[in-house]
Amino acid sequence: METLESILMEHPFFAGMKPEHLALVAGCAANVRFNAGEFIIREGGVANEFYLVRHGKVAIEIHVPQSGPVTIQTLGPGEILGWSWLITPYKWRFDGRAQELTRAVVLDGKCLREKLEKDHDLGYEFLKRFAQIVTERLESTRLQLLNVYEQH
Amino acid sequence: MFTNNTEVMAAALGPGPMVPAVFRVQRTKKETSDTFTMELLPEEGPQEFAFAPGQFNMLYAFGVGEVPISISGDPARRSVVVHTTRDVGPVTSALRRLKPGEGLGIRGPYGTGWPAAEARGADVVIAAGGIGLAPLRPVLYQILAARQHYGKVVLLYGTRTPADILFRRELEQWRSRFDLEVCVTVDRAVGSWAGMVGVVTKLIPRAPFDPHSTIAMICGPEVMMRFTVQELEGRGVATENIYVSLERNMKCAVSFCGHCQFGPAFVCKDGPVFRYDRIQPLMAVREV
Repeated sequence: METLESILMEHPFFAGMKPEHLALVAGCAANVRFNAGEFIIREGGVANEFYLVRHGKVAIEIHVPQSGPVTIQTLGPGEILGWSWLITPYKWRFDGRAQELTRAVVLDGKCLREKLEKDHDLGYEFLKRFAQIVTERLESTRLQLLNVYEQH
Repeated sequence: MFTNNTEVMAAALGPGPMVPAVFRVQRTKKETSDTFTMELLPEEGPQEFAFAPGQFNMLYAFGVGEVPISISGDPARRSVVVHTTRDVGPVTSALRRLKPGEGLGIRGPYGTGWPAAEARGADVVIAAGGIGLAPLRPVLYQILAARQHYGKVVLLYGTRTPADILFRRELEQWRSRFDLEVCVTVDRAVGSWAGMVGVVTKLIPRAPFDPHSTIAMICGPEVMMRFTVQELEGRGVATENIYVSLERNMKCAVSFCGHCQFGPAFVCKDGPVFRYDRIQPLMAVREV
């Protein structure tokens, strides 16, 4: 049977993490599913969780007055939705909406924050992994800002 | 160092390298708001026009000027010359205004092509950005025509917005094939777009190919190509298996004038398709 621990172990975000750390994390995890069009996170809402996308697709959106929602990125299997749970004031900065039926593992951010405060090795491990994701997304955003196709 | 390692399939048209042959517009198709595809036939009647995918022609809008444009048609369809270009200046604007039956000059084909022969037996990753899909389309036709000789074939395509997607109908047809992986992403989207949003480099980590047995062909803005190469290297693709198509100020197309000089190479003759490891040091030189 597929346990939450085995699901976490297979997700790229947790690749190579120590089993004892994974066991701690699994205590804060649960399976969730969202139907197409359903909001997973809403801008301004309290950010007390994050999601490991397993199947499906999630759009990161920002609402622009008079234009409606603008999709700035999509996330697929193997990717992470949300890091605001780790950074004060723990508020979502964007909307996250399932573009199709999406299955994910939700991790309770409050539960995790307490564990990361107690176990700094685990805390450092999490920060390294999130720093990698934040860096990749910053690079992507910079490339998008360059609007390279406009000049080509 | 810079040798043309791709077999050129045909000699240049016309009586000399600087003399254009007259072609007539058979039809023009609007691809996006600023991009169009022209199908051209030789004025002198039916004749075969052979080219290697990746090569370009010099297109001469009479009385306006000449520009290098990659060939975007099927290399197996030799009776017609196909070019896809953006309306970005006086010459391309004049080309866009040409009506069926009107003439233009063509010199070519020139330059090196994509390594379709070298890629046989390997997986193939074709990464295109924006109008960079046009110079890659011929090699995709070529590979699909001999599909059994290749491993996995992956097309990664990124562009600005859904409205800027080139060859949309063909992309949809390619996506429906079981022997071709097609991933399309746009930089930003509004409205009903249900596809991927993000830069094209983001498609590479999860694309299905064996990095140790892959030939990658990349065409797009130079920044996009640099970052795509980095992602491919990150997956383990060796730089000698990565090919890029460069764009420089090509004027004569036969390495006389030096306008397109790229270090010791001329993009018109030694390129536009280069093996990445051979030009990698020059890519870091800002003055080149």
